Amino acid sequence: MSLEGAIAAHRFGLGARAGEIDRASRDPKNWLKTQINMPADQPAPMPGLSFMTGGELVVDMRHYQMERRDAKRNGTVPADPVKAFFQSRVKQFIDELAARYALGFTTDRPFAERLVWFWSNHFVVSAMNPRATTFVGAFEREVIRPHITGKFEDMVLAAMSHPAMLLYLDNAQSIGPDSLAGRRSGKGRNENLGRELMELYTLGVDGGYTQADVIAMANLLTGWTIDPTGDHNGFMFAPSRHQPGTVTLRGKTYGGSLDDGIRAIRDLANDPATARHVAGKLATHFIADNPPPASVARLEKTFRDTGGDLRALAHTIVDDPAAWQPGLNKMRTPVEFVTAGYRMLGLPKGDNSEKQIRGAVAATRLMGETPLAPPAPKGWPDTSDAWCGPDAVLTRIEWAKQVAHALPPSVDALAVAASALGPLLSADTRTVMARAESQADAIAFLIASPEFQRR
Amino acid sequence: MTTRRFILKTMAAAGALSLWDAPIRYAFASAPTERRLVVVIQRGALDGLAAVPPHGDKDYESVRGSLAISNPLDLDGFFGLHPVLTNIKAMYDAKEAAIFHNICSPYRDRSHFDGQNVLETGGTGPHILQDGWLNRALKPLNMADGTHALAVAQTAPLLLSGPAQTTSWMPEVLPAPDEAFMDRVKLLYARDPVLLASLDSALGMQGAAMTAMDDPSMRPGPDGKPPKGNGAYGGNITPLFTGAGKLLAAADGPRIAVLDTSGWDTHFNQGAADGQLARRLQAFDTALDALKTALGPAWSKTAVVMATEFGRTVHVNGSGGTDHGTGGAAFLLGGAVAGGKMHAEWTGLSTAALQDGRDQPPRTDLRALFKACWRGTWA
Repeated sequence: MSLEGAIAAHRFGLGARAGEIDRASRDPKNWLKTQINMPADQPAPMPGLSFMTGGELVVDMRHYQMERRDAKRNGTVPADPVKAFFQSRVKQFIDELAARYALGFTTDRPFAERLVWFWSNHFVVSAMNPRATTFVGAFEREVIRPHITGKFEDMVLAAMSHPAMLLYLDNAQSIGPDSLAGRRSGKGRNENLGRELMELYTLGVDGGYTQADVIAMANLLTGWTIDPTGDHNGFMFAPSRHQPGTVTLRGKTYGGSLDDGIRAIRDLANDPATARHVAGKLATHFIADNPPPASVARLEKTFRDTGGDLRALAHTIVDDPAAWQPGLNKMRTPVEFVTAGYRMLGLPKGDNSEKQIRGAVAATRLMGETPLAPPAPKGWPDTSDAWCGPDAVLTRIEWAKQVAHALPPSVDALAVAASALGPLLSADTRTVMARAESQADAIAFLIASPEFQRR
Repeated sequence: MTTRRFILKTMAAAGALSLWDAPIRYAFASAPTERRLVVVIQRGALDGLAAVPPHGDKDYESVRGSLAISNPLDLDGFFGLHPVLTNIKAMYDAKEAAIFHNICSPYRDRSHFDGQNVLETGGTGPHILQDGWLNRALKPLNMADGTHALAVAQTAPLLLSGPAQTTSWMPEVLPAPDEAFMDRVKLLYARDPVLLASLDSALGMQGAAMTAMDDPSMRPGPDGKPPKGNGAYGGNITPLFTGAGKLLAAADGPRIAVLDTSGWDTHFNQGAADGQLARRLQAFDTALDALKTALGPAWSKTAVVMATEFGRTVHVNGSGGTDHGTGGAAFLLGGAVAGGKMHAEWTGLSTAALQDGRDQPPRTDLRALFKACWRGTWA
């Protein structure tokens, strides 16, 4: 059991399961790199349920809208159809989340899963937006998971043409004012997706673009909408809604076709400002809240040298000595914290696994984070101070006590600590655990300890 | 009885910088320790033309089209309030509300996150200052000990982040461990000053909340679920406002509170008198009334300032909503405010009068309002 093996499991992974630090310790860097030799795993739906694709979800949504319209016309609207509809949507979302959590609790490719979580928090589609609620799971399964070892530009393009994103940032309704549909209806462009593409997904807010660039990008994206038949996984380019003519975006000229929009997106994805933006975010996530400039520069260079190869970027972090410094500085986010707790305790276990998984979803929500449902497209914060507030810390401690006391009394707390933290376990924590009045309290102290809250 | 004074001067010739220096003043007469300041952040860019419609402007109905509010609650013959804002209207009629228009922070681009950064740091641009302006105000007021300033959140927002200690509170959900257990956790945190400070602060606030919250609506239901309004899926924010009011009302409670609201980013199907934004505004108006009720007699010593990062486009966008703009509306409410007045350097809604031909122009610096709140409350 080496310190590097423990750091691999905690800083790059999701917290160690029994025996994991031993396996990682043989060759920590190689242990991580072999996890990303292929795209990420797909979660399995919760028992008795199934997933829908983006295209199927579009059809499902259209079906519901038509049903409601007919019911209105016939005067047969049930008592509160909107409420019932949203309740079923929220349930569908929670089912997706539970499946995602379950994979995190047991995966033996935790580094791949961390990359999924990272990219899902970069290309945000939030279930907080009722139009996107049912789509966020499909978005992660179809846009993020297949691309974590591919090219950044392909992930951007997949995101931009997925019905989840087109609905979430309002582009499905964006109509070129001078297009056929625009002239007929008097409706116009919506610049939300064009702006966030540059600000959040590619260039970054300091990436040097103007309001005119935002409008140019929004024009290129007019007509990028959803296909009500669900074909092409729910994506459609509608020429009748597309703003005609050429636009100038960051000094380059683009025509008015679908291919021009694609070219513009690929250009933004490969822009030097994008390389800098993505490098900074990755380093902040894996290395430190204020990562060393040299680490960011290394990632930026890899991005530019490889044309945004995401596996090469992940390898660059693994090979960065700064990522292996022994101090645990970054506070785990609630979902990282709860996942590490479940992995350490071998949960879910026994005949109420599903209840335990759903309990974990509820717990992270109490701690302030529901994955795939951040309040804004910027995503959940990725720095420690965002998760260290008084009430947040107290809630974590309360949860530690609750989860520990639900364990069978036979648990050997010090053995669990040694296996899950290895050399990261501090003498102070061991002392407090050894003096605990019960094994359950000892486990609670372990979960609440600084070395378990941080990674 | 307290005497109140409210002076507002807008120096027409002054630029943004001198606006920051001096334009808005108000003052309380009661002892500093009795005064309360509540800051409500409206994240997402509130549409000022929907919340505070200038119904007397000749261009209002035409530029706003389907989003025009046709039945506002009139304020001064020119401006009105959205029809669901009945509690704010009552405060205005009782001279407890001052409302601002064409107001904006110095930020001129249209990113939510940079805009909020400026709103919260009080800087001239994003990321120039690292801490929140309200945090910076704590030390000179001798309120930096972590008991005076409260974030109604799990973690303080940037507005209240910085070197001065603050605390935070949210309705309790999980069973609280006993004191002996917590003492041992404190031992664990002896080497982690950040976690230790947070835990100490939370335990202090939890004790205060237990005495202040003699209110069943603030406790978890029989199913153990949190009272609605914990942030998930939008929903009811009233419990948070009630809780803040009760904590502030206590004799030894905090004197500053920050509340966060979101859901104002109405790009799509915004609605007019009814609809998405109307529902959000109504929930907000109800929560403000709950805050007033919870404060009880302390309401007379309270100022509540509510602001958003920027306004929204004057014209309707392609999907029945509005996009990110510049100038917008802000509110100053409370028993300590000599209100009943609209404050707007109004320049009309014709395209020529708009910022970049699309947004309400920023004629008053939001920081002047913030500064007035701070100075008015404690100077």
